[in-house]
Amino acid sequence: MNKKIRLSFWGVFAILTIALGLVLTVLRFWQGLGRVTALTDAYPWGLWIGFDVVCGVGLAAGGFTIAAMVYLFGFEKYHPIVRPAILTAFLGYVLVIFGLMFDLGRPWSIWHAIIMWNPRSVMFEVAWCVMLYSTVLALEFSPVLLERFKLQKALRIYKAIVIPLVLLGVILSTLHQSSLGSLFLIFPEKLHPFWYSPLLPVFFYLSAIGVGLAMVIVESFLSFRAFGKQIEFHLLDDLARYMVAMQLLYATFKFVDFRNRHVFHLLVEPGPEKWFFFLEVGIGILIPVVLLTVRRWRRDPRILFAGASMVVAGFVLNRLNTSITGFERYHGFAYFPSWMEICITLFVVTLGVVAYRFAVKYLPVFEH
Amino acid sequence: MPKAMLIDITQCIGCEASSEACREVNKLPKNGPKQLHADTYQVVEQIGPDQYVRRQCMHCLNPACVSVCPVGALEKNEEFGCVTWVGDKCLGCRYCMMSCPFNIPRYEWTSPNPEVRKCVFCLERQQKGQPPACAEACPTGATKYGDREALLKEAAERITANPKGYVNHIYGQTEIGGTSFLYLSPVPFEMLHLPGSLPTEEMPEYTWKVLSQIPHIVLIGGVFLGGMKWLTNRKNEILKVDSKPGTGSEAPADKEKSHE
Repeated sequence: MNKKIRLSFWGVFAILTIALGLVLTVLRFWQGLGRVTALTDAYPWGLWIGFDVVCGVGLAAGGFTIAAMVYLFGFEKYHPIVRPAILTAFLGYVLVIFGLMFDLGRPWSIWHAIIMWNPRSVMFEVAWCVMLYSTVLALEFSPVLLERFKLQKALRIYKAIVIPLVLLGVILSTLHQSSLGSLFLIFPEKLHPFWYSPLLPVFFYLSAIGVGLAMVIVESFLSFRAFGKQIEFHLLDDLARYMVAMQLLYATFKFVDFRNRHVFHLLVEPGPEKWFFFLEVGIGILIPVVLLTVRRWRRDPRILFAGASMVVAGFVLNRLNTSITGFERYHGFAYFPSWMEICITLFVVTLGVVAYRFAVKYLPVFEH
Repeated sequence: MPKAMLIDITQCIGCEASSEACREVNKLPKNGPKQLHADTYQVVEQIGPDQYVRRQCMHCLNPACVSVCPVGALEKNEEFGCVTWVGDKCLGCRYCMMSCPFNIPRYEWTSPNPEVRKCVFCLERQQKGQPPACAEACPTGATKYGDREALLKEAAERITANPKGYVNHIYGQTEIGGTSFLYLSPVPFEMLHLPGSLPTEEMPEYTWKVLSQIPHIVLIGGVFLGGMKWLTNRKNEILKVDSKPGTGSEAPADKEKSHE
């Protein structure tokens, strides 16, 4: 009984969000970006780039991470979580592209990137990698459909190409996960030194792997609660260790970078930036690393879930800080998204959750 | 030799004739906003008693906006120095606006088919052999049009002739690798709201340093991942052989290698 009420609450929430999202979509394309967003000439990028695109791509990094572990590095035991990880990644990329349609001023021209080249542009490279990698993800997810419809011949072809496919996917991901950080290299005088660094591509890459693992853990828990799917705790326990290792590696790079660029003294200077930075590091690295390093705590499912969720939250904070907060000192004033901007982001996320539910319900995503 | 503009703050009287000419030539609304805007490409701002500075696109020699655009919708005309926007290509990602060190490009936020708008250094007029409208309209010579090298020489001479009247620097000569619009000022350039501490390195270099590494990343990544796969296969084969005592020491063929 209790469960039924919970489900219907989220069902109502989803329906309302999607309805409102559709209305705002009409408004957005009818009257322009200025009608629905808080964007200005000083802040041409806001929530939709900072969250829907920059966070979205990172949060989908579990796909290439798990695929690499299973298919290239021989961690066969993670096979059961390959499919949900690939599905999340694929949906993630579809949502990123869908969300980008709202942000682009002329989304009907998005295909221009295919024929109008500018190899000097980081965004050109990201566009191509995202295009190609979305295709790779669709192919990686294809056996689920092929099995569902019993297409044996196509399945055999898939089995023959899966290794080169995964390898290509890992390289494409390495390129564009890091390049999302390189997008910000062109702002040396605008972006606050907490977030600007020549090592931005390295930071973005390392943190994407960390958050990819965190997302797999969080998602396993949510799937367990929503669909009663079995979780294999010993697998998640191991993943949590790799995640902690990645967070520590990231923190070490960040420390060395801060020291080399003499940034530490800024941590005691006045201004709101340092609090955002502390929050990001505390939630994303410090607390989860402490929580999940202790074996007894890590083996408590609730703490494991909390720790992984914090890594995700810290990651989101880091990306929003890099794309929004970090510019406030330069401009002398802040940007905050309008309620309509936030609603459209919620709309995009809700569509993703609904799509995931449908996929899990009707397709053999979880192997047994 | 690219064309350029020399703007001498000491000679500007704030008459705004240049702004008016700009509106007329570019068919912008006469009573448009008094700050840079999709409908205002150039403004004259008062910065002190009898001191004025004009603001517009600086037309960098190696512009950030041109380098960041994913579809090449911003073009640099090497002959005249103009940086212009090509509407047929633009996707509307606004990376050009983000990347501009002078925060110049403006957007049509209320249009369903928005354009990126800014000063075009009168490309069409220049192609016809005419000077940009603002330079032609300026009654005092505060805005002077000419070859960049000649203008730099003249600017240096003006500073030498009157060292007390000018800050000893030509703004735009070396900033981010140089701009087409050059400024001479009697007061520090920060007071003109020109960014004071720009690097002398060309902006596109910041991203190119990483972009140029892509072939190496692909090569190293491919070999590394392929190698890992090969090692994994090898490990599995050895495990298999070990668990089957009969087949002992015969090395299995490296068929799996073909995966790479």
